[in-house]
Amino acid sequence: MTSPAIAPATDPSPSTAARPRTESVHRRNARRTGSRYLWLFIVPAAAFYVFVVLIPSMQGVFFSFTDWNGLSADWSFVGIDNFVRLFEDPVSIKAIGNTFLYAILSTVFENLFGLLVALALHSRIKSRNVLRVLFFMPVVLLSVVIAYLWQYLFQVNNGAITQLLHAIGLADANPNWLGDPNLVVFSISVIVIWQFTGYTMVIYLAGLQGVPQEQLEAAAIDGAGPVQRFWYVVRPLLAPAITVNIMLSLIRGFMIFDQIWVTTGGGPADTSHSLSTLVYRTAFQFGELGRGTAIAVVLAVIVGILGFIQYRGLLRGGAK
Amino acid sequence: MNRYSWRTGTLEGVMIVIALIFMIPVYVLINLSVRQQSDLSSPLAPTANPTLDNFGAAWAQSGLGQAMVNSALITVISVGLLVVLGAACAYGLARATARWSPPAFYLFMIGLLVPFQLGLVPLYRNFAAMGLLGTVVPLVIIYVGLRLPFTLFLYTTFLRQIPAEYEEAASIDGAGTFARFRRVVFPLLRPITGTVIILNGLFVWNDFLTPLLYLSGSVNRTVPLAVYSFVNENTTVWPLVFSALIISVIPVLLAFFVFQKTLIQGFASGVKG
Repeated sequence: MTSPAIAPATDPSPSTAARPRTESVHRRNARRTGSRYLWLFIVPAAAFYVFVVLIPSMQGVFFSFTDWNGLSADWSFVGIDNFVRLFEDPVSIKAIGNTFLYAILSTVFENLFGLLVALALHSRIKSRNVLRVLFFMPVVLLSVVIAYLWQYLFQVNNGAITQLLHAIGLADANPNWLGDPNLVVFSISVIVIWQFTGYTMVIYLAGLQGVPQEQLEAAAIDGAGPVQRFWYVVRPLLAPAITVNIMLSLIRGFMIFDQIWVTTGGGPADTSHSLSTLVYRTAFQFGELGRGTAIAVVLAVIVGILGFIQYRGLLRGGAK
Repeated sequence: MNRYSWRTGTLEGVMIVIALIFMIPVYVLINLSVRQQSDLSSPLAPTANPTLDNFGAAWAQSGLGQAMVNSALITVISVGLLVVLGAACAYGLARATARWSPPAFYLFMIGLLVPFQLGLVPLYRNFAAMGLLGTVVPLVIIYVGLRLPFTLFLYTTFLRQIPAEYEEAASIDGAGTFARFRRVVFPLLRPITGTVIILNGLFVWNDFLTPLLYLSGSVNRTVPLAVYSFVNENTTVWPLVFSALIISVIPVLLAFFVFQKTLIQGFASGVKG
């Protein structure tokens, strides 16, 4: 928001000189084209936004303090009961832990793999364009399709993944990828990582465009190896792409729904739920809307804190 | 560093191998879809007597044709509204000098922080009270409202980089506020409009949770929902299921391969902010 003013020193007009030095291009544009009818441009969009986001979100916060089941006309305030129950119920405690696990696992590996692939494809190899398309392809596939495909690949006994383990010499391995409570969250995370590695890759590739070849060559002449060149030359210039990628991955991870709902429905024995799938199950399958929205409030607080950090970063970036 | 050395060759070889491993799921998907339903050999073994019969059966039974029409309709209307309303609103926000303008912008940006799940249940009740469940109307309204903050963010930041001189020139030529927007500003927004269309289009086309909630059991299914119901009815008939999965992604894959350069660029420039 504080882009430096382009204050021409030779401008003789006193009004320009009096203008604060920090006035942005945006404000100058705004003042020049200001019109009394501009609010008319905002009203239609605002109507959708208020109806879909603002009002229901406030209602959501309100109902999280009630025992409404969504059908009956009478309901009563129960104070923070829904929240107390939420932190006492092993299923929802597990779901909170899982949500963090999904978010952290997917963020770390999507970004690690995405960055490595981007670095490898930001080279002179001849197949780089074809490979870029291949790695990006899962991003445009339907989440539902990807989830079913992996559900099949993860089948017990002779599923494709298990067979691959056998092929590399682990003859006795037969993990129950989606049926073992200790394994299921990791298996579902693999699906998400496969799906979104290409997403982080394209953002890293776009960031790498901004790294000047001359600097890399100069560093190489000075004797810097590939790792040093990455750390001292590429990494600082890639910082904005890293920030954006990590934030997008985290928020995607915290909101995860499709991949869980399709492959396990939250099972086995409610061990793979995220907060999103638990909201859906509690509110729409069990008809406990008060409790469901309380879970949503917890999710909102987590994502809100994260989003706030990202939002400040984005606004700062956008104001440049 | 500028020539194709043996190290580049090694890197190329390694990356091709990694890409092939990465593509194994897609190979299995295609491999199984062309298999006889009685063929129970390993999913990794190439299919011996390939057939395309599964595709015909899947197409006939899954209702994916109708679902694609519905999805296309919902996507086009939602994204169209987002482009028009989003661009107009961003113009108002970026050019207004009144005191309400910055708070209004921040109020919209709060939408980037609020997860959809928070308002999910109440919104559902509101639409139920209006008798709109089972129709595509709530979906369009939801997608527009839900994606507006992000759309506005893209448009507003882009608009603030555009100098006002163009509009001033039009203004001197006698164009009013609306004409300036329609003839000057909107065409200038074209590059970012591409990104807005791509990101919102993919979101709407891919969305599963909203149709699951609003269209389950109705005839107006979208593609993800049609896939979901079809697979649930045929869980063990994998060749049939996989044919349906392939059919469901063909439209977007075709678009992707035709426009991949623009698409990937639009993606990267959009999320870079």
